[in-house]
Amino acid sequence: MIGRLWAIAYNTFREAVRDRVLYNLILFALLIVGASVLFGQISLDINRIVLINLGLTAISLFGIVIAIFIGIGLVSKEIEKKTLYTVLAARPVRRWEFITGKFLGLVMTLTVNALLMSVGFFAAVLYVSHGLGRVDLSLVTAIYFILLEFVLITALALLFSTFSTPIFSSIFAFAIFAIGTFAEDLRGFAQMAHGFTRWLMTGAAYLVPNFASLNVIAQVAHNATVEPKLILLNTLYVAVYAGAVLTASVWIFERRNLK
Amino acid sequence: MTRDLRIQTSYALLLGALLTASVFLVRQVDKVRSDEPLQEVLYIPSPKVVKRLSLGYSGLLADIYWTRVVQYFGTKHKAKARQYLILEPLLEMTSTLDPQLLPPYEVGSIFLAQKPPEGAGDPAAAARFVEKGIRENPQAWRLYYDLGYIYWLELKDPAKASDAFERGSKVAGAHPWMRVMAAALAGHAGETETAIYMWTNILNNTEDQDLRSNALNRLRCLRVDSEVELLQKRVDLFAQRTGHPPSSWQDLVADGLLRGVPVDPKNSRYRLADGRVQVEHPELFPFITRGLPPGAELGDLPGEVGFTVTKNPS
Repeated sequence: MIGRLWAIAYNTFREAVRDRVLYNLILFALLIVGASVLFGQISLDINRIVLINLGLTAISLFGIVIAIFIGIGLVSKEIEKKTLYTVLAARPVRRWEFITGKFLGLVMTLTVNALLMSVGFFAAVLYVSHGLGRVDLSLVTAIYFILLEFVLITALALLFSTFSTPIFSSIFAFAIFAIGTFAEDLRGFAQMAHGFTRWLMTGAAYLVPNFASLNVIAQVAHNATVEPKLILLNTLYVAVYAGAVLTASVWIFERRNLK
Repeated sequence: MTRDLRIQTSYALLLGALLTASVFLVRQVDKVRSDEPLQEVLYIPSPKVVKRLSLGYSGLLADIYWTRVVQYFGTKHKAKARQYLILEPLLEMTSTLDPQLLPPYEVGSIFLAQKPPEGAGDPAAAARFVEKGIRENPQAWRLYYDLGYIYWLELKDPAKASDAFERGSKVAGAHPWMRVMAAALAGHAGETETAIYMWTNILNNTEDQDLRSNALNRLRCLRVDSEVELLQKRVDLFAQRTGHPPSSWQDLVADGLLRGVPVDPKNSRYRLADGRVQVEHPELFPFITRGLPPGAELGDLPGEVGFTVTKNPS
Protein backbone atom coordinates (compact mmCIF):
# COMPACT_ATOMS: atom_id res chain seq x y z
CA MET A 1 0.00 0.00 0.00
CA ILE A 2 2.78 2.45 0.97
CA GLY A 3 4.56 1.57 -2.27
CA ARG A 4 1.46 2.35 -4.35
CA LEU A 5 0.84 5.61 -2.50
CA TRP A 6 4.47 6.62 -3.01
CA ALA A 7 4.32 5.74 -6.72
CA ILE A 8 1.24 7.91 -7.30
CA ALA A 9 2.64 10.75 -5.17
CA TYR A 10 6.01 10.68 -6.92
CA ASN A 11 4.37 10.65 -10.36
CA THR A 12 2.20 13.61 -9.39
CA PHE A 13 5.34 15.46 -8.29
CA ARG A 14 7.17 14.58 -11.54
CA GLU A 15 4.21 15.67 -13.61
CA ALA A 16 4.06 19.04 -11.81
CA VAL A 17 7.77 19.58 -12.38
CA ARG A 18 7.30 18.63 -16.06
CA ASP A 19 4.52 21.25 -16.18
CA ARG A 20 7.20 23.83 -15.33
CA VAL A 21 5.68 24.63 -11.95
CA LEU A 22 9.07 25.47 -10.51
CA TYR A 23 9.44 28.33 -13.02
CA ASN A 24 7.72 30.51 -10.41
CA LEU A 25 10.99 30.38 -8.47
CA ILE A 26 12.58 32.69 -11.03
CA LEU A 27 9.75 35.19 -10.59
CA PHE A 28 10.08 34.87 -6.83
CA ALA A 29 13.83 35.54 -6.94
CA LEU A 30 13.29 38.62 -9.11
CA LEU A 31 10.57 39.85 -6.76
CA ILE A 32 12.73 39.48 -3.67
CA VAL A 33 15.84 41.08 -5.16
CA GLY A 34 13.75 43.84 -6.75
CA ALA A 35 11.90 44.53 -3.50
CA SER A 36 15.14 44.70 -1.49
CA VAL A 37 16.57 47.31 -3.83
CA LEU A 38 13.39 49.22 -4.70
CA PHE A 39 11.82 49.64 -1.26
CA GLY A 40 15.18 50.66 0.19
CA GLN A 41 15.11 53.61 -2.19
CA ILE A 42 11.47 54.68 -2.23
CA SER A 43 10.31 53.97 1.33
CA LEU A 44 11.43 54.84 4.83
CA ASP A 45 12.65 52.62 7.68
CA ILE A 46 10.94 49.42 6.56
CA ASN A 47 13.56 47.53 4.53
CA ARG A 48 13.53 44.38 6.62
CA ILE A 49 9.80 44.50 7.34
CA VAL A 50 8.88 44.82 3.68
CA LEU A 51 11.25 42.03 2.73
CA ILE A 52 9.64 39.69 5.26
CA ASN A 53 6.10 40.70 4.35
CA LEU A 54 6.71 40.46 0.62
CA GLY A 55 8.77 37.28 0.77
CA LEU A 56 6.34 35.34 2.96
CA THR A 57 3.27 36.67 1.12
CA ALA A 58 4.80 35.60 -2.19
CA ILE A 59 5.65 32.12 -0.87
CA SER A 60 2.10 31.80 0.41
CA LEU A 61 0.25 33.19 -2.61
CA PHE A 62 2.37 31.39 -5.22
CA GLY A 63 1.80 28.14 -3.36
CA ILE A 64 -1.94 28.65 -3.04
CA VAL A 65 -2.30 29.51 -6.73
CA ILE A 66 -0.24 26.45 -7.69
CA ALA A 67 -2.20 24.25 -5.26
CA ILE A 68 -5.51 25.36 -6.72
CA PHE A 69 -4.55 25.20 -10.40
CA ILE A 70 -2.86 21.84 -10.13
CA GLY A 71 -5.21 20.46 -7.51
CA ILE A 72 -8.34 21.06 -9.59
CA GLY A 73 -6.89 19.06 -12.47
CA LEU A 74 -5.60 16.13 -10.47
CA VAL A 75 -8.68 13.99 -10.98
CA SER A 76 -10.47 15.65 -13.90
CA LYS A 77 -7.36 15.60 -16.09
CA GLU A 78 -6.93 11.85 -15.51
CA ILE A 79 -10.57 11.30 -16.46
CA GLU A 80 -10.27 13.52 -19.52
CA LYS A 81 -7.10 11.79 -20.74
CA LYS A 82 -8.63 8.38 -19.98
CA THR A 83 -5.53 7.48 -17.96
CA LEU A 84 -7.59 7.00 -14.82
CA TYR A 85 -9.17 3.83 -16.17
CA THR A 86 -5.73 2.40 -16.88
CA VAL A 87 -4.55 3.18 -13.36
CA LEU A 88 -7.62 1.89 -11.57
CA ALA A 89 -8.47 -1.05 -13.80
CA ALA A 90 -5.12 -2.41 -14.93
CA ARG A 91 -3.18 -1.83 -11.68
CA PRO A 92 -3.95 -2.93 -8.13
CA VAL A 93 -4.69 0.62 -6.99
CA ARG A 94 -7.71 1.42 -4.88
CA ARG A 95 -9.62 4.65 -5.31
CA TRP A 96 -8.71 6.00 -1.88
CA GLU A 97 -5.06 5.25 -2.60
CA PHE A 98 -5.32 7.19 -5.83
CA ILE A 99 -6.82 10.26 -4.10
CA THR A 100 -4.41 10.13 -1.15
CA GLY A 101 -1.42 9.60 -3.45
CA LYS A 102 -2.41 12.57 -5.59
CA PHE A 103 -2.83 14.68 -2.45
CA LEU A 104 0.58 13.67 -1.09
CA GLY A 105 2.23 14.29 -4.47
CA LEU A 106 0.91 17.82 -4.69
CA VAL A 107 1.81 18.58 -1.07
CA MET A 108 5.31 17.28 -1.84
CA THR A 109 5.55 19.55 -4.90
CA LEU A 110 4.43 22.57 -2.89
CA THR A 111 6.80 21.75 -0.02
CA VAL A 112 9.80 21.48 -2.34
CA ASN A 113 8.73 24.69 -4.05
CA ALA A 114 8.31 26.52 -0.72
CA LEU A 115 11.60 25.22 0.64
CA LEU A 116 13.48 26.44 -2.43
CA MET A 117 11.81 29.83 -2.10
CA SER A 118 12.66 29.87 1.61
CA VAL A 119 16.35 29.42 0.82
CA GLY A 120 16.21 32.54 -1.37
CA PHE A 121 14.13 34.35 1.21
CA PHE A 122 16.56 33.68 4.07
CA ALA A 123 19.48 34.68 1.85
CA ALA A 124 17.75 38.03 1.26
CA VAL A 125 17.01 38.46 5.00
CA LEU A 126 20.65 37.64 5.77
CA TYR A 127 21.75 40.30 3.28
CA VAL A 128 19.40 42.99 4.63
CA SER A 129 19.88 42.24 8.35
CA HIS A 130 23.62 41.42 8.09
CA GLY A 131 23.05 38.19 9.99
CA LEU A 132 20.44 35.83 11.35
CA GLY A 133 19.51 35.58 15.00
CA ARG A 134 17.18 33.74 17.35
CA VAL A 135 14.44 36.18 16.49
CA ASP A 136 14.44 34.85 12.92
CA LEU A 137 13.22 31.50 14.18
CA SER A 138 9.70 32.94 14.06
CA LEU A 139 10.15 33.24 10.29
CA VAL A 140 10.55 29.45 10.16
CA THR A 141 7.28 29.15 12.08
CA ALA A 142 5.55 31.44 9.58
CA ILE A 143 6.82 29.27 6.70
CA TYR A 144 5.62 26.16 8.52
CA PHE A 145 2.16 27.72 8.83
CA ILE A 146 2.24 28.51 5.10
CA LEU A 147 2.93 24.81 4.44
CA LEU A 148 -0.11 23.99 6.60
CA GLU A 149 -2.15 26.39 4.41
CA PHE A 150 -0.98 24.42 1.37
CA VAL A 151 -2.11 21.15 2.95
CA LEU A 152 -5.60 22.58 3.52
CA ILE A 153 -6.02 24.20 0.13
CA THR A 154 -4.67 21.12 -1.68
CA ALA A 155 -7.20 18.92 0.09
CA LEU A 156 -10.01 21.36 -0.79
CA ALA A 157 -8.99 21.69 -4.45
CA LEU A 158 -8.83 17.91 -4.69
CA LEU A 159 -12.29 17.61 -3.12
CA PHE A 160 -13.82 19.96 -5.71
CA SER A 161 -11.91 18.17 -8.43
CA THR A 162 -13.71 14.91 -7.59
CA PHE A 163 -17.16 16.21 -8.53
CA SER A 164 -16.83 19.39 -10.58
CA THR A 165 -15.26 20.80 -13.71
CA PRO A 166 -11.84 22.48 -13.45
CA ILE A 167 -13.26 26.00 -13.90
CA PHE A 168 -15.89 25.61 -11.20
CA SER A 169 -13.43 23.80 -8.95
CA SER A 170 -11.01 26.73 -9.15
CA ILE A 171 -13.81 29.22 -8.41
CA PHE A 172 -14.95 27.14 -5.42
CA ALA A 173 -11.39 26.75 -4.14
CA PHE A 174 -10.57 30.48 -4.38
CA ALA A 175 -13.89 31.34 -2.77
CA ILE A 176 -13.39 28.95 0.12
CA PHE A 177 -9.86 30.31 0.62
CA ALA A 178 -11.19 33.90 0.72
CA ILE A 179 -13.98 32.91 3.12
CA GLY A 180 -11.49 30.98 5.26
CA THR A 181 -9.42 34.14 5.77
CA PHE A 182 -12.52 35.68 7.38
CA ALA A 183 -13.11 32.63 9.61
CA GLU A 184 -12.49 34.54 12.84
CA ASP A 185 -14.81 37.39 11.75
CA LEU A 186 -17.50 34.91 10.77
CA ARG A 187 -17.45 33.39 14.23
CA GLY A 188 -17.68 36.91 15.67
CA PHE A 189 -20.68 37.73 13.45
CA ALA A 190 -22.35 34.47 14.43
CA GLN A 191 -22.14 35.46 18.10
CA MET A 192 -24.14 38.60 17.32
CA ALA A 193 -27.08 36.63 15.88
CA HIS A 194 -29.91 35.12 17.92
CA GLY A 195 -31.87 31.87 18.08
CA PHE A 196 -31.73 29.43 15.19
CA THR A 197 -29.80 31.86 12.98
CA ARG A 198 -27.07 31.92 15.58
CA TRP A 199 -26.78 28.12 15.58
CA LEU A 200 -26.79 28.05 11.79
CA MET A 201 -24.23 30.83 11.47
CA THR A 202 -21.99 29.32 14.14
CA GLY A 203 -22.13 25.94 12.41
CA ALA A 204 -21.21 27.51 9.06
CA ALA A 205 -18.45 29.58 10.64
CA TYR A 206 -16.85 26.47 12.16
CA LEU A 207 -17.27 24.51 8.95
CA VAL A 208 -15.18 26.83 6.77
CA PRO A 209 -11.43 26.22 6.93
CA ASN A 210 -9.69 28.51 9.41
CA PHE A 211 -7.01 30.16 7.28
CA ALA A 212 -6.95 33.24 9.52
CA SER A 213 -4.90 31.67 12.32
CA LEU A 214 -2.39 30.26 9.82
CA ASN A 215 -1.32 33.71 8.67
CA VAL A 216 1.23 35.16 11.10
CA ILE A 217 3.23 37.07 8.49
CA ALA A 218 2.51 40.58 9.82
CA GLN A 219 3.27 39.36 13.33
CA VAL A 220 6.67 37.84 12.57
CA ALA A 221 7.64 40.86 10.47
CA HIS A 222 7.74 42.74 13.78
CA ASN A 223 9.87 40.04 15.42
CA ALA A 224 6.95 38.81 17.53
CA THR A 225 7.24 35.19 18.59
CA VAL A 226 4.52 32.66 17.88
CA GLU A 227 3.23 30.72 20.85
CA PRO A 228 4.25 27.02 20.81
CA LYS A 229 0.67 26.16 21.77
CA LEU A 230 -0.60 27.82 18.59
CA ILE A 231 1.89 25.79 16.53
CA LEU A 232 0.63 22.58 18.10
CA LEU A 233 -3.05 23.47 17.77
CA ASN A 234 -2.72 24.65 14.17
CA THR A 235 -0.88 21.43 13.28
CA LEU A 236 -3.59 19.29 14.86
CA TYR A 237 -6.36 21.38 13.29
CA VAL A 238 -4.91 21.08 9.78
CA ALA A 239 -4.35 17.33 10.20
CA VAL A 240 -7.94 16.83 11.33
CA TYR A 241 -9.55 19.20 8.80
CA ALA A 242 -7.50 17.95 5.85
CA GLY A 243 -8.29 14.39 6.97
CA ALA A 244 -12.00 15.23 6.91
CA VAL A 245 -11.80 16.84 3.47
CA LEU A 246 -9.81 13.89 2.11
CA THR A 247 -12.37 11.49 3.55
CA ALA A 248 -15.12 13.43 1.79
CA SER A 249 -13.12 13.37 -1.46
CA VAL A 250 -12.59 9.60 -1.26
CA TRP A 251 -16.24 9.07 -0.39
CA ILE A 252 -17.43 11.07 -3.42
CA PHE A 253 -14.84 9.47 -5.67
CA GLU A 254 -15.77 5.96 -4.53
CA ARG A 255 -19.40 6.63 -5.49
CA ARG A 256 -18.56 8.15 -8.83
CA ASN A 257 -19.27 6.13 -11.96
CA LEU A 258 -16.14 6.38 -14.05
CA LYS A 259 -17.28 4.20 -16.94
CA MET B 1 19.80 32.92 -44.20
CA THR B 2 17.22 30.16 -44.26
CA ARG B 3 13.54 30.91 -44.67
CA ASP B 4 12.81 29.80 -41.10
CA LEU B 5 15.48 32.10 -39.66
CA ARG B 6 14.15 34.99 -41.76
CA ILE B 7 10.65 34.46 -40.35
CA GLN B 8 11.96 34.28 -36.78
CA THR B 9 13.99 37.46 -37.24
CA SER B 10 10.98 39.25 -38.73
CA TYR B 11 8.82 38.31 -35.74
CA ALA B 12 11.50 39.47 -33.30
CA LEU B 13 11.94 42.79 -35.10
CA LEU B 14 8.18 43.37 -35.31
CA LEU B 15 7.76 42.59 -31.62
CA GLY B 16 10.63 44.91 -30.68
CA ALA B 17 9.24 47.73 -32.84
CA LEU B 18 5.71 47.42 -31.44
CA LEU B 19 6.93 47.37 -27.82
CA THR B 20 9.13 50.43 -28.44
CA ALA B 21 6.18 52.23 -30.02
CA SER B 22 3.96 51.37 -27.05
CA VAL B 23 6.55 52.78 -24.59
CA PHE B 24 6.73 55.98 -26.69
CA LEU B 25 2.94 56.29 -26.69
CA VAL B 26 2.64 55.75 -22.93
CA ARG B 27 5.17 58.54 -22.39
CA GLN B 28 3.10 60.83 -24.59
CA VAL B 29 -0.07 59.92 -22.68
CA ASP B 30 1.72 60.71 -19.40
CA LYS B 31 2.55 64.18 -20.72
CA VAL B 32 -1.07 64.85 -21.66
CA ARG B 33 -2.54 63.60 -18.39
CA SER B 34 -1.62 65.43 -15.20
CA ASP B 35 -0.76 63.10 -12.34
CA GLU B 36 -2.27 65.53 -9.80
CA PRO B 37 -5.78 64.01 -9.78
CA LEU B 38 -4.26 60.57 -9.21
CA GLN B 39 -2.16 61.88 -6.33
CA GLU B 40 -5.15 63.04 -4.33
CA VAL B 41 -7.29 59.95 -4.78
CA LEU B 42 -7.83 57.31 -2.15
CA TYR B 43 -9.42 54.54 -4.19
CA ILE B 44 -10.92 52.74 -1.21
CA PRO B 45 -11.41 55.21 1.63
CA SER B 46 -12.26 52.74 4.39
CA PRO B 47 -9.22 51.21 6.12
CA LYS B 48 -11.38 48.39 7.46
CA VAL B 49 -12.58 47.44 3.98
CA VAL B 50 -9.01 47.44 2.66
CA LYS B 51 -7.95 45.25 5.58
CA ARG B 52 -10.74 42.79 4.77
CA LEU B 53 -9.80 42.78 1.09
CA SER B 54 -6.19 42.01 1.94
CA LEU B 55 -7.21 38.40 2.76
CA GLY B 56 -4.87 38.34 5.72
CA TYR B 57 -1.86 39.74 3.86
CA SER B 58 -2.36 43.14 5.51
CA GLY B 59 1.30 43.48 6.52
CA LEU B 60 2.46 43.76 2.92
CA LEU B 61 -0.38 46.12 2.07
CA ALA B 62 0.60 48.35 5.02
CA ASP B 63 4.17 48.51 3.68
CA ILE B 64 2.83 49.51 0.28
CA TYR B 65 0.61 52.21 1.81
CA TRP B 66 3.51 53.51 3.91
CA THR B 67 5.62 53.73 0.76
CA ARG B 68 2.74 55.63 -0.85
CA VAL B 69 2.73 58.05 2.12
CA VAL B 70 6.45 58.68 1.69
CA GLN B 71 6.09 59.19 -2.05
CA TYR B 72 3.00 61.40 -1.65
CA PHE B 73 4.65 63.56 0.99
CA GLY B 74 7.91 63.76 -0.98
CA THR B 75 6.15 64.84 -4.18
CA LYS B 76 4.00 67.46 -2.45
CA HIS B 77 6.89 68.73 -0.34
CA LYS B 78 9.06 69.12 -3.41
CA ALA B 79 6.29 71.13 -5.05
CA LYS B 80 6.04 73.30 -1.88
CA ALA B 81 2.37 72.38 -1.52
CA ARG B 82 0.22 74.16 1.05
CA GLN B 83 -2.25 71.29 1.35
CA TYR B 84 -1.74 67.58 1.97
CA LEU B 85 -5.30 66.40 1.48
CA ILE B 86 -4.89 62.63 1.73
CA LEU B 87 -1.89 62.46 4.07
CA GLU B 88 -3.95 61.75 7.20
CA PRO B 89 -6.27 59.18 5.52
CA LEU B 90 -3.22 57.42 4.06
CA LEU B 91 -1.56 57.25 7.46
CA GLU B 92 -4.81 56.04 9.02
CA MET B 93 -5.01 53.33 6.36
CA THR B 94 -1.40 52.25 6.97
CA SER B 95 -1.81 52.08 10.73
CA THR B 96 -5.08 50.14 10.51
CA LEU B 97 -3.54 47.60 8.15
CA ASP B 98 -0.55 47.09 10.42
CA PRO B 99 -0.96 48.75 13.84
CA GLN B 100 2.49 47.53 14.90
CA LEU B 101 4.35 49.28 12.07
CA LEU B 102 6.12 52.09 13.93
CA PRO B 103 7.66 54.33 11.20
CA PRO B 104 4.26 55.76 10.16
CA TYR B 105 3.64 56.98 13.72
CA GLU B 106 7.19 58.24 14.23
CA VAL B 107 7.78 59.89 10.87
CA GLY B 108 4.20 60.32 9.63
CA SER B 109 3.34 62.42 12.69
CA ILE B 110 6.14 64.81 11.78
CA PHE B 111 4.77 65.02 8.22
CA LEU B 112 1.36 65.87 9.71
CA ALA B 113 2.53 68.31 12.35
CA GLN B 114 4.98 70.60 10.58
CA LYS B 115 3.67 73.86 9.18
CA PRO B 116 3.13 74.06 5.40
CA PRO B 117 5.03 73.71 3.15
CA GLU B 118 7.14 71.53 5.46
CA GLY B 119 4.09 69.46 6.38
CA ALA B 120 0.33 69.36 6.63
CA GLY B 121 0.25 71.86 9.52
CA ASP B 122 -2.15 69.78 11.59
CA PRO B 123 -0.37 69.09 14.91
CA ALA B 124 -3.63 68.10 16.62
CA ALA B 125 -4.09 65.31 14.04
CA ALA B 126 -0.44 64.35 14.55
CA ALA B 127 -0.98 64.08 18.31
CA ARG B 128 -4.14 62.00 17.79
CA PHE B 129 -2.27 59.72 15.41
CA VAL B 130 0.63 59.15 17.82
CA GLU B 131 -1.88 58.52 20.65
CA LYS B 132 -3.35 55.79 18.44
CA GLY B 133 0.16 54.38 17.99
CA ILE B 134 0.63 54.39 21.77
CA ARG B 135 -2.67 52.57 22.28
CA GLU B 136 -1.55 49.89 19.82
CA ASN B 137 2.07 49.78 21.01
CA PRO B 138 2.15 50.83 24.67
CA GLN B 139 5.70 49.50 25.07
CA ALA B 140 7.20 51.70 22.32
CA TRP B 141 8.68 54.49 24.45
CA ARG B 142 9.77 56.46 21.38
CA LEU B 143 6.12 57.18 20.56
CA TYR B 144 5.69 58.99 23.90
CA TYR B 145 8.83 60.92 23.04
CA ASP B 146 7.34 61.90 19.64
CA LEU B 147 4.06 62.86 21.30
CA GLY B 148 5.87 64.99 23.87
CA TYR B 149 7.68 66.87 21.14
CA ILE B 150 4.48 67.50 19.18
CA TYR B 151 2.79 68.93 22.28
CA TRP B 152 5.80 70.95 23.23
CA LEU B 153 7.01 72.33 19.89
CA GLU B 154 3.92 72.33 17.69
CA LEU B 155 0.98 72.68 20.08
CA LYS B 156 2.89 74.81 22.64
CA ASP B 157 1.39 72.80 25.47
CA PRO B 158 4.24 72.01 27.88
CA ALA B 159 1.90 70.47 30.46
CA LYS B 160 0.67 67.81 28.03
CA ALA B 161 4.21 67.40 26.68
CA SER B 162 5.46 66.78 30.20
CA ASP B 163 2.69 64.25 30.73
CA ALA B 164 3.67 62.39 27.53
CA PHE B 165 7.35 62.27 28.53
CA GLU B 166 6.39 61.19 32.04
CA ARG B 167 4.19 58.33 30.72
CA GLY B 168 6.95 57.26 28.35
CA SER B 169 9.60 57.33 31.06
CA LYS B 170 7.69 54.55 32.86
CA VAL B 171 8.01 52.19 29.88
CA ALA B 172 10.68 49.51 30.31
CA GLY B 173 13.83 50.42 28.41
CA ALA B 174 12.89 54.09 28.00
CA HIS B 175 15.79 56.50 27.74
CA PRO B 176 16.55 58.28 31.06
CA TRP B 177 16.15 61.62 29.30
CA MET B 178 12.42 60.99 29.12
CA ARG B 179 12.22 61.72 32.85
CA VAL B 180 14.51 64.70 32.40
CA MET B 181 12.23 66.07 29.68
CA ALA B 182 9.11 65.48 31.74
CA ALA B 183 10.55 67.36 34.70
CA ALA B 184 11.97 70.17 32.57
CA LEU B 185 8.65 70.74 30.83
CA ALA B 186 6.65 70.53 34.03
CA GLY B 187 8.82 73.40 35.31
CA HIS B 188 8.36 75.28 32.06
CA ALA B 189 4.63 74.90 32.41
CA GLY B 190 4.63 76.67 35.73
CA GLU B 191 3.80 73.49 37.60
CA THR B 192 6.72 74.01 39.93
CA GLU B 193 5.62 71.50 42.55
CA THR B 194 5.42 68.73 39.93
CA ALA B 195 8.83 69.66 38.57
CA ILE B 196 10.36 69.65 42.07
CA TYR B 197 8.83 66.23 42.70
CA MET B 198 10.13 64.77 39.43
CA TRP B 199 13.63 66.23 39.74
CA THR B 200 13.88 64.95 43.31
CA ASN B 201 12.75 61.57 42.05
CA ILE B 202 15.45 61.61 39.37
CA LEU B 203 18.06 62.65 41.92
CA ASN B 204 17.13 59.83 44.27
CA ASN B 205 16.86 57.15 41.60
CA THR B 206 19.90 57.61 39.44
CA GLU B 207 23.58 56.90 39.94
CA ASP B 208 24.55 58.72 36.78
CA GLN B 209 26.69 61.66 37.96
CA ASP B 210 25.75 63.88 35.02
CA LEU B 211 22.05 63.30 35.63
CA ARG B 212 22.44 63.89 39.37
CA SER B 213 24.31 67.17 38.93
CA ASN B 214 21.76 68.30 36.35
CA ALA B 215 18.92 67.40 38.70
CA LEU B 216 20.58 69.34 41.55
CA ASN B 217 21.04 72.34 39.28
CA ARG B 218 17.38 72.15 38.22
CA LEU B 219 16.19 71.85 41.82
CA ARG B 220 18.27 74.90 42.82
CA CYS B 221 16.72 76.91 39.97
CA LEU B 222 13.21 75.76 40.90
CA ARG B 223 13.91 76.84 44.49
CA VAL B 224 14.99 80.26 43.21
CA ASP B 225 11.80 80.49 41.11
CA SER B 226 9.58 79.71 44.05
CA GLU B 227 11.52 82.01 46.43
CA VAL B 228 11.39 84.90 43.97
CA GLU B 229 7.64 84.37 43.57
CA LEU B 230 7.16 84.40 47.36
CA LEU B 231 9.41 87.45 47.91
CA GLN B 232 7.69 89.33 45.10
CA LYS B 233 4.33 88.78 46.83
CA ARG B 234 5.75 90.30 50.05
CA VAL B 235 7.20 93.25 48.11
CA ASP B 236 3.86 93.85 46.39
CA LEU B 237 2.07 93.64 49.74
CA PHE B 238 4.45 96.26 51.19
CA ALA B 239 3.83 98.52 48.18
CA GLN B 240 0.09 98.07 48.65
CA ARG B 241 0.26 99.02 52.33
CA THR B 242 2.59 102.02 52.02
CA GLY B 243 1.80 103.26 48.52
CA HIS B 244 5.43 102.99 47.38
CA PRO B 245 7.84 100.11 46.72
CA PRO B 246 10.45 99.23 49.38
CA SER B 247 13.89 100.79 48.88
CA SER B 248 15.68 97.86 50.58
CA TRP B 249 15.00 94.52 52.31
CA GLN B 250 15.29 96.35 55.65
CA ASP B 251 11.97 98.06 54.93
CA LEU B 252 10.25 94.66 54.76
CA VAL B 253 12.07 93.42 57.90
CA ALA B 254 11.02 96.57 59.77
CA ASP B 255 7.43 96.03 58.59
CA GLY B 256 7.49 92.46 59.88
CA LEU B 257 7.09 90.93 56.41
CA LEU B 258 10.56 89.28 56.50
CA ARG B 259 12.77 88.02 59.32
CA GLY B 260 16.04 88.91 57.59
CA VAL B 261 17.72 89.62 54.26
CA PRO B 262 16.91 86.73 51.90
CA VAL B 263 19.71 84.77 50.17
CA ASP B 264 19.60 82.44 47.18
CA PRO B 265 20.79 78.78 47.22
CA LYS B 266 24.34 79.95 46.37
CA ASN B 267 24.29 82.26 49.41
CA SER B 268 24.13 85.52 47.44
CA ARG B 269 21.61 88.15 48.49
CA TYR B 270 18.55 88.65 46.36
CA ARG B 271 18.47 92.12 44.82
CA LEU B 272 15.59 94.53 45.04
CA ALA B 273 15.39 97.00 42.14
CA ASP B 274 12.37 99.27 41.59
CA GLY B 275 10.08 96.93 43.46
CA ARG B 276 11.20 93.84 41.47
CA VAL B 277 13.01 90.88 43.04
CA GLN B 278 16.10 89.76 41.10
CA VAL B 279 18.95 87.28 41.54
CA GLU B 280 22.46 88.64 41.99
CA HIS B 281 24.20 86.10 39.71
CA PRO B 282 21.75 84.79 37.09
CA GLU B 283 24.59 82.91 35.36
CA LEU B 284 24.68 80.54 38.35
CA PHE B 285 21.05 79.59 37.75
CA PRO B 286 20.74 78.80 34.05
CA PHE B 287 17.17 77.43 34.24
CA ILE B 288 15.36 80.09 36.28
CA THR B 289 12.26 81.72 34.84
CA ARG B 290 11.80 84.37 37.54
CA GLY B 291 14.08 87.00 39.10
CA LEU B 292 16.10 87.62 35.98
CA PRO B 293 17.61 91.13 35.73
CA PRO B 294 16.34 93.19 32.76
CA GLY B 295 18.03 92.13 29.50
CA ALA B 296 18.87 88.63 30.77
CA GLU B 297 17.30 85.87 28.66
CA LEU B 298 15.42 82.84 29.82
CA GLY B 299 17.86 79.98 30.10
CA ASP B 300 15.23 77.33 30.52
CA LEU B 301 15.17 75.55 27.21
CA PRO B 302 13.99 72.02 27.85
CA GLY B 303 15.19 70.91 24.41
CA GLU B 304 18.74 71.47 25.58
CA VAL B 305 18.44 69.16 28.53
CA GLY B 306 20.60 66.59 26.82
CA PHE B 307 23.23 69.24 26.25
CA THR B 308 23.08 70.35 29.83
CA VAL B 309 23.57 66.86 31.10
CA THR B 310 26.72 66.29 29.12
CA LYS B 311 28.13 69.80 28.91
CA ASN B 312 27.38 71.09 32.37
CA PRO B 313 28.52 68.49 34.88
CA SER B 314 29.33 71.30 37.41
